[in-house]
Amino acid sequence: MSDIKLKIIDRDGVLHEVDAPTDMNMNLMEVVRSYELAPEGTIGICGGMAMCASCQCYIKSDHSLPEKSDDEEAMLAEAFFVQDNSRLGCQIHMKDDLDGLEVELAPEEA
Amino acid sequence: MIKTDILIIGAGPTGLFAVFEAGLLQLKCHLIDALPQPGGQCSEIYPKKPIYDIPGFPEVLAGELVDNLMEQIKPFQPGFTLGERAEKIEKLEDGSFVVTTNKGTQHHAPIIAIAGGLGSFEPRKPLLGNLSKFEDKGVAYIIKEPEIYRDKKVLIAGGGDSALDWSIFLADIASEVTLVHRRNEFRGALDSVEKVQQLKNQGKINLITPSEVIGLHGEERLEKVSIKRTDTSEEIDLEVDNFIPLFGLSPKLGPIADWGLEIEKNAIKVDNTLDYQTNIPGIYAIGDVNTYPGKLKLILCGFHEATLMCQSAYQRIFPDKKYVMKYTTVGGVTGFDGSKKEAPKAVVKSID
Repeated sequence: MSDIKLKIIDRDGVLHEVDAPTDMNMNLMEVVRSYELAPEGTIGICGGMAMCASCQCYIKSDHSLPEKSDDEEAMLAEAFFVQDNSRLGCQIHMKDDLDGLEVELAPEEA
Repeated sequence: MIKTDILIIGAGPTGLFAVFEAGLLQLKCHLIDALPQPGGQCSEIYPKKPIYDIPGFPEVLAGELVDNLMEQIKPFQPGFTLGERAEKIEKLEDGSFVVTTNKGTQHHAPIIAIAGGLGSFEPRKPLLGNLSKFEDKGVAYIIKEPEIYRDKKVLIAGGGDSALDWSIFLADIASEVTLVHRRNEFRGALDSVEKVQQLKNQGKINLITPSEVIGLHGEERLEKVSIKRTDTSEEIDLEVDNFIPLFGLSPKLGPIADWGLEIEKNAIKVDNTLDYQTNIPGIYAIGDVNTYPGKLKLILCGFHEATLMCQSAYQRIFPDKKYVMKYTTVGGVTGFDGSKKEAPKAVVKSID
């Protein structure tokens, strides 16, 4: 049983400091949903298959993250509001070395 | 006017299975779906993904699950209104409902079952300020009638199968086809990617990558677009008659949100202690579209909800009829098409 600390800025600009378990096979999108930091139905629409961009977020800290998969790369190429530091939350799995990770949720697509 | 016993809004797995459970009770169903094919997300978003938590199926592809459900409900002859979105609902004096789609198709039923998942799938629109000004005046998100692009200068944006396939298709019809995508890589069937490469080499498709459309210009109709190369930041203007952004679909709860139903967390609140009825008697919500304490958005939960909903619907339609649930192992399945499936009778014969 181990938790890491994350800083998550929601779509209204509010900062949340949350604990995320690393032993529950959770990803960042699921952590956001578990704390209800974005309304249900506006995040994780495809369920975490990198097939929608509803969990897009911007990485604000300089943690080294795993490379993007082809699916994630392709989805981000079609998403809106994409920045250089954009990632899909569902593709970022909670691991010990992500302790202190800071992210900001991208705006909801209209 | 289409008449049925249970009008199901949404032809995903939950809506399809509801047809089966209703059929066992001799209730007829009709389904409305905004997508052109049944199956909902399973067909539209992830047909090739395996699902591992359907009871009795250690592994089944989402597309196969839909095929199986269609086969299972065939004897009950469901009607379909596909490619149309349920828009308006009207309650008649006798307590029944008329649901009208965006194309004006009317459906009349005593029971409405909303199995709308996350909502109806709408095209994702690029973020361009004056985009709506040019809708139907050069900008379209779906290609309905390819002939209208004959001898036109067409610009397609997107990196998936539909962008590739339509570029190939229109290359023979339009006078000029330009394909714009933010990356050099496309996500599509290998055949399509190779075909586009071939057409590009022949000069039949003008490929501009990596780039994106950043501006639309025109007086009445679309006349010109601005394209920015994402690698060099160079901007080019291109004269076009049509701009077709094909960025896939995303679900929206849509008009159902205005039907007077109690909504919480983008979902419809239902009574989970009984029958998944909404705050409007006669309207039920089943599957991913509903919410209640402890709700899980799982296909298997949708199946259960559909089953209980049908029992309640039966009681509502026939308040005076006595009925007890019958196992299919006992009663078999009698279709509206005259088909009958049942367990083979055991042979009673003495052995000398």
